[in-house]
Amino acid sequence: MYIKDAPVILSAEAITKQFPGVLANDKVNFDLRKGEVHTLLGENGAGKSTLMNVLYGLYKPDSGHIHIDGKPVTFTSPKDAIANGIGMVHQHFMLIPVFTVAENIMLGSETTRNGVLDIRAVSKQVRELSHTYGLDVDPDALVQDLPVGIQQRVEIVKALYRKANILILDEPTAVLTPQEADDLFQIIRRLTEQGVSIVFISHKLKEVLAISDRVTVMRTGKVVGTTTPQEVNEAKLAAMMVGREVILKVDKKPAKPGEPVLSVSDFSVMDSRGVEVVKKISFEVRSGEVLGIAGIQGNGQTELAEALTGLRKVHGGRVILNDKESTGRPPRQLIENGLGHVPEDRQRHGLVLPFAIADNMMLCTYYQEPFAQKGVLQNQAIDANSRKLIEQFDVRTPSPYVSAGKLSGGNQQKVIVARELSRPIRLLVANQPTRGLDVGSIEYIHHEIIDMRDKGIGVLLISAELDEIMALSDRIAVMFRGEIVATLPAAEANREQLGLLMAGATHK
Amino acid sequence: MAEKEKTSSSQPRISGWLRSGLNTMLVPALAVLTAMIVGGIVIALAGGNPFAAYAGLIEGSFGSLNAISETTVWATPYIFAGLAVAFGFKGGLFNIGAEGQLAFGAVMAALVGYGLPLMGVDLPAVVFVPLTVVAGIIAGGIWAAIPGWLKAKFGGHEVINTIMMNYIALNITSYLLNGPMKDNNPLNVVARTPLIAESARISTVFPDYRFHWGFILALLVAVLIWFILWKTTLGFEIRTVGTNPDAARYAGVNVSNIIIITMVISGALAGMAGSIEVTALNYRHELGFAVGYGFDAIAIALLGKNHPAGVVLASLLFGAMRNGATRMQFNTQIPVDIISIIQALILLFVAADAIVRYIYHIRIQQDRLVLTRGWGG
Ligand SMILES: Nc1ncnc2c1ncn2[C@@H]1O[C@H](COP(=O)(O)OP(=O)(O)OP(=O)(O)O)[C@@H](O)[C@H]1O
Ligand SMILES: [Mg+2]
Repeated sequence: MYIKDAPVILSAEAITKQFPGVLANDKVNFDLRKGEVHTLLGENGAGKSTLMNVLYGLYKPDSGHIHIDGKPVTFTSPKDAIANGIGMVHQHFMLIPVFTVAENIMLGSETTRNGVLDIRAVSKQVRELSHTYGLDVDPDALVQDLPVGIQQRVEIVKALYRKANILILDEPTAVLTPQEADDLFQIIRRLTEQGVSIVFISHKLKEVLAISDRVTVMRTGKVVGTTTPQEVNEAKLAAMMVGREVILKVDKKPAKPGEPVLSVSDFSVMDSRGVEVVKKISFEVRSGEVLGIAGIQGNGQTELAEALTGLRKVHGGRVILNDKESTGRPPRQLIENGLGHVPEDRQRHGLVLPFAIADNMMLCTYYQEPFAQKGVLQNQAIDANSRKLIEQFDVRTPSPYVSAGKLSGGNQQKVIVARELSRPIRLLVANQPTRGLDVGSIEYIHHEIIDMRDKGIGVLLISAELDEIMALSDRIAVMFRGEIVATLPAAEANREQLGLLMAGATHK
Repeated sequence: MAEKEKTSSSQPRISGWLRSGLNTMLVPALAVLTAMIVGGIVIALAGGNPFAAYAGLIEGSFGSLNAISETTVWATPYIFAGLAVAFGFKGGLFNIGAEGQLAFGAVMAALVGYGLPLMGVDLPAVVFVPLTVVAGIIAGGIWAAIPGWLKAKFGGHEVINTIMMNYIALNITSYLLNGPMKDNNPLNVVARTPLIAESARISTVFPDYRFHWGFILALLVAVLIWFILWKTTLGFEIRTVGTNPDAARYAGVNVSNIIIITMVISGALAGMAGSIEVTALNYRHELGFAVGYGFDAIAIALLGKNHPAGVVLASLLFGAMRNGATRMQFNTQIPVDIISIIQALILLFVAADAIVRYIYHIRIQQDRLVLTRGWGG
């Protein structure tokens, strides 16, 4: 079978959706053929999630039509979309943490026997589905105990359980380790072979080129064009998205490292189950250098970052930040000692979603001048600060008083990065700083980080993206099972070697 | 980057305010309307005439200067206690203990008000009145500090602990009013304190009406609470802890302290409800005075959407209903208890606002629902 000739099973015509102050979708046309992977690409805030939410019945479009198998349909809720065979895995998951996998999958389409929930039948079906599509999940596990990659599988199984033959995946790979992403691509291939059609959203151009049959590019609510991987390359796609050339490579001068701003010795941290996940590690970050921590997610990086920034208890060892004893100190003190922190989980730690962007942009310094005087908030300063940062970091929003929760995912990230980089800091701990950002924004934020470095700030960069680590770091430390197994100058590092180290090759 | 969507960012914030204010008021207003309609049906089923009943209710609450004055008298403790509960909610805390904090506030205010003169302390009103009121504020604050501290240090749930503290407070009050603090006037048989000194009393605003300065004070306190919550760093911390405690920690807020401070202020407001009842209205505390205010306050906070202005409006509504109920009963023989039914219905419709949205076809403002936290996006 070839996709070009496959019948169109879903088409959206002239979809328009207006939010207060934002035309999120402007007469968007989109179609999906049977068994294809059709990727939506576009800048942060281009309107991709909005379009998908319209197709899934979450938003009612202001105008436009949707056809499934050639028949016009109108969705008033996701129920209708599901009934028409559409399943969606959201940019943020919608699972209930304290329920088991089977319970989550059943939720909304409960199977009963004699009026009692028949969880066993569901478990059985889940096992069958897992088997057919190679989606390994344990129906009886609690969702809160699962890593994100598996939670995502649960979402996919949930959609398949409801007989979805159209699957919308909104930035599924943003949270995955490269290994998990590869697993997901396997799954996607198996699904398309079985005739499932997939709408895929991602900012990672490499994987877009690898997995897609067609690519549709959106910009500021409009479709710019549709193409195929054969006709384009990364640079072309980037240019289509952003409307200008994007320099995908970071251009930087050699570092001029100075005094250490952070020194960590014999540092140990436990995870929430009391297992030691960071084991007596020691390292230094000097002013004017970027130390990248490479490693497969789950090797202690998250806990390391949390403990260094005061969010998690320190189990042992010593931390000196900016020449001040900082072991196990609360966040306030670390912030005042010159710590900036871009947290891994932007919605949990980084933002207060219902608060205005303006408030989120002074979240760590709200009590300092000029934002407050004698305990009273100074609206003018707060307003001016947010307008400046919105302009500077190109946050796409109609006003600083929109709540952060209404921003697109990438723009939420920009708010955090803008806030942390704009403070007078000496050390920046950046954990996945560009997760979910479009190439243009990544270029900008990389540029800013290098700029900070050149101004003499020390940067501790933790990232699941090896490309990012290699592009920004001056030295690279590889973490494996809670230990730093190697530290090498970035100039001497190559992908293969790092990959081996990350997989524990040197580990006895 | 590419051309920026610069839309109407310069729109004046005032109109935005008004719009969002009206938006927030829509559901509570419809909840009240629906409750009144259902209440009317109940009255009709019971053989009464709902129109006559509501006419009586309105006449009794707003029909004359005296009626209006009485409505404000009723509304005063509601405002304080409603603010207390709303303040707790803003900090993410459900203070069910307003009832006990209020009772303790009243007891302490009464004790200071009649006790000091007995001890031979003679104070001028400018000192004595504030002292009496503050005694109640402190009592309420301390009473709420305990569950606050339990929550901050041990994670003990404030709902359970404030309920416990209610029982303790109410039983201690009962003991005090029947025993050591009982008015020993030979003619007295009820559990009540002696009258407080004249110089400890808050006066009425006009000679022949009970409308008192305590109501004005309540309005001022509502403004103060609004100011604290939205204009100060303390309020920012409280709202941050109430909305996202993880982010609060990240931002360097001392979450435990804020939890305790929130509870103390909440309890202080409830205590103030008690002390104002004593100093401005009853001039003593009596078992059975002010019963249930702390619980009505929960309904008022919810109806007022935890906003001080909303709390004031909701308090006036509840005050008006309580006040007008007697007139309604007098005019139509419908028992005052129907008011409790209507209030319960209001609470129901406010709490389960999906019902109201459904009835009136209000599309839910799609705020993004996050059940489990992925990486966010
Ligand atoms: N519920 C909402 N209320 C108001 N504005 C919204 C809402 N949802 C989205 N928007 C706005 O619509 C625009 C498009 O958002 P959308 O989430 O579709 O972007 P996206 O293309 O998915 O971006 P990203 O790559 O960052 O996820 C943004 O400007 C966003 O702020
Ligand atoms: Mg999106």
